[in-house]
Amino acid sequence: MSLSFMIAQFLNGLASASSLFIVASGLTIVFGVTRIVNFAHGSLYMLGAYFAVTLMQPLLDLSRSFPMFLLGLLVAAALTGLVGLCIEVVLLRRVYRAPELLQLLITFGLVLVIEDLVVRIWGPLELLGPRAPGLRGAITIAGSQVPSYDLFLIAMGPLVFGLVWLVLHRTRFGILVRAATQDRDMVAALGVNQSLLFTGALFLGGALAGFGGALQIPRAAASPQMDIAILTDAFVVTVIGGMGSVPGAALAALIIGQLNAFGIALLPKSTLVLVFVLMAGVLIVRPYGLLGRPEPLSLRVAVPEGFTRLMPPTPALWLMCGLVVAALVVLPLLADAYSQKIAIEVLIFALAAFALAFLIGNGGVVSFGHAAYFGIGAYAAGLAVKRLGFGMEAALLLAPLAGAAGAAVFGVFVVRLQGIYLAMLTLAVAQIVYAVAVQWIEVTGGDNGIVGVWPARWAEGRVTYYYLTLGVSVTGIFVLHRMLHAPFGYALRAARDSAVRADAIGLDVGRLRLLAFMIAGAATALAGGLYAFSKGSIDPTLLAIPQSVDFLAMLLIGGIQQIGGALAGAAALHLLRVWALPLGDMWRMVLGLTIIAIVLVSPQGIVGGVAQLVQRQRRARTSS
Amino acid sequence: MPTRRSLLASASATVAAGAFLCAALGPAWSQQPPVKVGELNSYGSMAAFAVPYRNGLNLALDEINAKGGVLGGRKLEFVIRDNGATTGDAVGVAEELVTREGVSMLVGTFLSNIGLAVSDFANQKKTLFLASEPLTDAITMGAGNPYTYRVRPGTFMQTRMLVDAVKAKGVKKWAIIAPNYEYGQSAAASFKRLIKEATPDAEIVVEQYPPIGKFAADAGATIAALDAAKPDGIFNVLFGADLTPFVREGNTRGLFKGRTVVSLLTGEPEYMLPLKDETPEDWIITGYPWEQITEPRHKAFVDAYKAKFNDTPRLGSMLGYLVVYMVRDLIDKAGATDTDKLIAALNDMKFDTIAGPVVMRGLDHQSSLGGWVGLSTQKNGQGAMKDWKFIDGQSVMFSETDVKAARK
Repeated sequence: MSLSFMIAQFLNGLASASSLFIVASGLTIVFGVTRIVNFAHGSLYMLGAYFAVTLMQPLLDLSRSFPMFLLGLLVAAALTGLVGLCIEVVLLRRVYRAPELLQLLITFGLVLVIEDLVVRIWGPLELLGPRAPGLRGAITIAGSQVPSYDLFLIAMGPLVFGLVWLVLHRTRFGILVRAATQDRDMVAALGVNQSLLFTGALFLGGALAGFGGALQIPRAAASPQMDIAILTDAFVVTVIGGMGSVPGAALAALIIGQLNAFGIALLPKSTLVLVFVLMAGVLIVRPYGLLGRPEPLSLRVAVPEGFTRLMPPTPALWLMCGLVVAALVVLPLLADAYSQKIAIEVLIFALAAFALAFLIGNGGVVSFGHAAYFGIGAYAAGLAVKRLGFGMEAALLLAPLAGAAGAAVFGVFVVRLQGIYLAMLTLAVAQIVYAVAVQWIEVTGGDNGIVGVWPARWAEGRVTYYYLTLGVSVTGIFVLHRMLHAPFGYALRAARDSAVRADAIGLDVGRLRLLAFMIAGAATALAGGLYAFSKGSIDPTLLAIPQSVDFLAMLLIGGIQQIGGALAGAAALHLLRVWALPLGDMWRMVLGLTIIAIVLVSPQGIVGGVAQLVQRQRRARTSS
Repeated sequence: MPTRRSLLASASATVAAGAFLCAALGPAWSQQPPVKVGELNSYGSMAAFAVPYRNGLNLALDEINAKGGVLGGRKLEFVIRDNGATTGDAVGVAEELVTREGVSMLVGTFLSNIGLAVSDFANQKKTLFLASEPLTDAITMGAGNPYTYRVRPGTFMQTRMLVDAVKAKGVKKWAIIAPNYEYGQSAAASFKRLIKEATPDAEIVVEQYPPIGKFAADAGATIAALDAAKPDGIFNVLFGADLTPFVREGNTRGLFKGRTVVSLLTGEPEYMLPLKDETPEDWIITGYPWEQITEPRHKAFVDAYKAKFNDTPRLGSMLGYLVVYMVRDLIDKAGATDTDKLIAALNDMKFDTIAGPVVMRGLDHQSSLGGWVGLSTQKNGQGAMKDWKFIDGQSVMFSETDVKAARK
């Protein structure tokens, strides 16, 4: 590697670090104040780019000058800030008291809605914005051509950092933001107007995202896919830096910028995993990121209230469960082949979602990467059949073993962490598994995946496979449910509610959580194996972030505090999806709005809402 | 209050009246059930391609049904579904089309993984699947099956068109840049193989595989890495949101100066329109110069498309239009809609399309639909193709030995 090439890569790394930092700083400020992991941050970045593309040409037509270009950037940033502000006032304000995961889900609903709106307003084709006047060319530095706009970007990073620092340290608003980042309850107790503070944080965060997006238009076209692309990067930067820490974000952006710039030269095919390996490594060594602080004990971030008032099922409940199972048993007599197929999928998702509920609701281990185990099971089953010549039965036995093994390897590192950092490590692990599935083409088939994973001859018929799935899912759910009421379940809940006290009475908290992680991994992988045989094909989308979000959504739509919530949620979400798919272009919007509506109308989920209604009626009856 | 019987009576009267009206006023096919074909595509997530594709499809359907439909007067109906852009959803949708809608065959898909999943489903359910767009070679080669046929020239064929066009230049030191997924990697692999066959002392001096959709994030570093290897030629497979920053950053950094650039798909309006006045000159590209094609039937298609949708056609529009006519000809030739007859008719069937004669090769189930290869240029601030010619797919298909080795 020549010196001039290294200098060029260093400058390239700095330019991308600047861009990354500007976006990530907004995300980290919003998280610090509101404790909301804002999935819609990437959407705001995208809106910033689209605003800039739309505004810039008319502005530059007025006067083709650099100050005009700057003005365009600032207007785009301010408009995006206003969108962020509206999001806070209209939506987020209503859910601050809901479990943190619900807040996350509502921002994911927003991602879908905004993506759809962008395609509707600006069209599906990417839009190329004008270049910055005066910064079109390149200058030669140490023998390499460096675009002058890159130098401008390199300057913008520190400038934004300085401005954000000034706002945070020299204004009353900034001092409150920092105070809220450290101890939100204390700030509230001191009589600070919280809603104003939160609105301000969302405006600032949105404006930074929008500015970051607008800055990109001379380098890249605005496209409806850029939201998700930047979102994972911004997450990685904030997590590595320490969530809530602006200097941390700056440091992490610098590291990642250089890592990518030199990684491209050395390992061109590894760019998918490099940052996630770094993130996993940092979280293992420094659980709160490079410059983050441990959460104050009073705040159990991202741990939603799990199963509460867990009582052994009453006879009435058993009766109801029996009726549901009986209805499922006779279903093939009443439903056509396609409905049976949908029912099979619902049963599979129900098992996977119940395993996640077991992990989150009972164990307090919030997994953002649940799809990894679903996918591991599917791939294990598929590979066993296609590459090792196993039969379906053996493959279905192998799937949960593979899931448990995967969960054991990752779980060792995962269960040592807490809250949002734990969640982020599960996400990083899932991304690494995803990257392996995509890149290890000889074994996994890459993006194309594996086809031809069909059931054994005897289970080929739709009805037979339905009963196989029904049997396996119901048994799996029953066993998991039994564990909730076994001593193991109680010990796990103790560890969830107070790790310190559980430890004091002699429970090995780490081992309990690891065991729960492995059990959930095995059950989910079993579901993944069933899924593979029901579809006939496997590909990396099974392991991707949207699939993990789907599982979380099932849990939350059904209700995280109720044992049956995951089951109802799996059915509701999957049926909604099946119903909305034929709407074609509309399905993203429908799905997004439905998620938002459910979170707003019934934050306890469907089952929670029903339970509350029943309780209210009962109370009304006894009082009258 | 009306009794149940009176309700029934009035209902049946209404139905009878409706049937009578249909018979009296409607076109001839209202007495016979329509022939249903299932079409699934990523209309939501791949709208840039899929929406023009659907437009082309609807245009052809209107024309065909105005002329009497298929099988001597039955209406040709496409049941169009979004496939959700995941394999799981796509297989579910395919199932719904086959079992609920009772379609005679499946058509469509864009992404290769979805095309493959649906083709495998078709194989399992013994249903004909005419894959219109997915480019992966696996669908007709390693993962090929008796029920799946592909219309567009695949990755290998398109790469071969480009290598044929560039080999006379004798460029020896090549750089490859491709999106990091199956399409990009198989295009790169095909290019390596073909360029060495064409120019035995050719070497690949650098390869870059940015994650798809994320090239822009590290555009500078990637381009610097390409530049540092000092290639004489560049083979580019980036498209869509990755292509525009590649062109812009590459221009700014002088990457393309004095180098031969060969680029897949770049001339397709879907990807070329956003480039506008940044469109590079003299890249050797595959694409679709719709405004310059003088063949009368193609011209009639362009005029009808513009009139109906108030937009210019994309490659997808042409493909959708062409595929519907292929389906019509197929059903008419088979004289029936059962899978066995359709497949018997389809093997080695000749079609007369707006892009010239096409044969569906029975050997590998790949159509001989060709492609346009030419140079990129700018006209009035818009990207265009010049010095192009149409390459018949026959000349660039896999050899019989290759096919037999891959399709065991």
